[in-house]
Amino acid sequence: MKRSTFKEEQKVTTTSNIENMEKQEALGIFSRMLLIRRFEEEAERLYRKGLVRGFLHTYIGEEAIAVGAIPILREDDYVIGHYRDHGHALARGIDPKAAMAELCGKSTGCSGGKGGSMHLFDIEKHFMGGHAIVGGQLPLAIGIALGVKLKQLDSVVMCFFGDGAVNEGEFHEAMNIASLWKLPVVFMLENNLYGMGTDVNRSRAGGSSIYGAAEPYMIPAVQIDGMDVMAVRETVIEGVAKVREGQGPVFIESMAYRFHGHSMADPSNYRDNEEVQENRTRDPIDKFRDDCIEAGKVDGNDIALVAEQIDILVQEAREFAEQSPEPTAEDLYTHIYAEPEGN
Amino acid sequence: MAEMLLRDAMSKALREALDEDDRSFLMGEDIGAYGGAYAVTRGFLEKYGEERVRDTPISESVFVGAGIGSAMIGMRPIVEVMTINFTLVAMDQIINHAAKLSYMSNGQLQVPLIIRTVTGGGGQLAATHSQSFENWYASVPGLRVVVPATPYDALGMFRSCRKDNNPIIFAEHALLYRVKGEVPEEYYEVPLGKARIAKPGTDVTLVAYSGMVRVAEEAAAKLEEDDISSEVIDLRCLSPLDLDTVIESVKKTNRVAIVEETWKTGGFSGTIASDIQEAAFDELDGPVIRINGPDVPAPYARNIEQLMIPSSDWVVKSVKYNFGL
Repeated sequence: MKRSTFKEEQKVTTTSNIENMEKQEALGIFSRMLLIRRFEEEAERLYRKGLVRGFLHTYIGEEAIAVGAIPILREDDYVIGHYRDHGHALARGIDPKAAMAELCGKSTGCSGGKGGSMHLFDIEKHFMGGHAIVGGQLPLAIGIALGVKLKQLDSVVMCFFGDGAVNEGEFHEAMNIASLWKLPVVFMLENNLYGMGTDVNRSRAGGSSIYGAAEPYMIPAVQIDGMDVMAVRETVIEGVAKVREGQGPVFIESMAYRFHGHSMADPSNYRDNEEVQENRTRDPIDKFRDDCIEAGKVDGNDIALVAEQIDILVQEAREFAEQSPEPTAEDLYTHIYAEPEGN
Repeated sequence: MAEMLLRDAMSKALREALDEDDRSFLMGEDIGAYGGAYAVTRGFLEKYGEERVRDTPISESVFVGAGIGSAMIGMRPIVEVMTINFTLVAMDQIINHAAKLSYMSNGQLQVPLIIRTVTGGGGQLAATHSQSFENWYASVPGLRVVVPATPYDALGMFRSCRKDNNPIIFAEHALLYRVKGEVPEEYYEVPLGKARIAKPGTDVTLVAYSGMVRVAEEAAAKLEEDDISSEVIDLRCLSPLDLDTVIESVKKTNRVAIVEETWKTGGFSGTIASDIQEAAFDELDGPVIRINGPDVPAPYARNIEQLMIPSSDWVVKSVKYNFGL
């Protein structure tokens, strides 16, 4: 890691921060990460059974980023991201039932069965969507932030994107305008080292470390271990505060690794199994659990209890999705256009 | 009734938006300090300030996307893309995002965004600066496409656009900015999706939009000299499309020619022709005629540029030849 804090001096170690945490808070973080993990595993099972179709991109291995970052935000802040969006949606508090129903193409889904896995929306929760054209959400984030600024609010916009998106022209345009107009954006780069099957070292001049790309645009940038939920959390707390003060955007590169394929259609022939296994030893959920136990915050019983609750939640989500009705033929034609103002 | 240039009608429309709605702001290339490439926003920066008359970097994709994003949270942005040729750079934002967000979010999101842009050829600007893509956008569900031909309609339809909650391509033809027309002092609106009978007639229907309405009107005047009575229909919008007015006219005249500036292959005239024959096959006394520019990139030299833009003589000749009039 080149740099892990916006400040000059290095931060204290994460373990000591766990020590300063309330037990319930620690369990909350663990619980959120585990919910995403179990939800994704269930989604993969449903995909194999043919209940989830289309493209399914799971967030397994990257849970610490969403869970470290999103709960730091206020209700009036905004979250927008890419197609690997289940983790972001769940961390923002979208009902797992509505998310799973969306994956199954049901009318009770959070996008009415019209968006699918890549396009989850919950506008009431200010979850402004998973967006599936690589980099396409960056201009939208700029616009939401501009709207916030013009409305003279102090909300911030957290925009997730991957290492693939930084090679799109829109990335550079967005960075320039965000900095030029001092927009309240937290750029959250999830660098999982592969744009689909292409190693970042083969797609980017300068290699796998990307945060430096923000600096020519005068945007404060840091790089952190995205598999360490406490590191993400601390950096995001600091970054969000900076953005909320009206100083313009910040850029946080979270180094990560996705344990499963790009999507369920991934042939997994572009990276060694050894590399995957090695990264799996850095499992963000296991690490946080072990750190908490080591710090004496929680014990095995606490963990087992949370795991049991999560299993029930995910099972309920699956049952809800399976039992929900499909959209009707009429739904095909709804919401293509919005109603006129005042209607 | 006062006469006004289409350019001034657009300026008035934009001033109204800024004066009447706090949620509205303008954003685009050279709209502020420069006053707009076509001078529509001259003086705006001084009056409204740089927050609401926002000069952007030449980053079409991001400033169009920024319009979409701000509309997602309730602003009513008016984005200017200097010409429709440059909207191609922002096409991902327009088609993959603006047009899809209402549907994909199952109605949770609305995108009340007006994208003003300048369309059409005839200015000797060569192949990359002379195109018309309204027909492309009109084929995308979720977008509205508004193509005024007169100052009256430009102002009246813009007022309606401001009340619409959808992404709108508002295409102003470059050669119409200096066209004068009557614009009443008192407030009026022109609804979207209602075609206009620019000139009533009985023998043949000429369907046109944007810059081609004037060509059709000129052709109608020439045909009149030979006692051929033309009904000229100005579509005003390609989406929503008012097919009913076209069909009613065809039932009366039994002959129809569609005049369109862009290329024949993939032209919107093909869609209209197809719709007409499906809806009124038995009413037709002959084939539906499509008068489009030929499938060539626009050249620079004036003499050959003029050969690719439908003219009134071309329309007259085509109508007489095809219908044996």
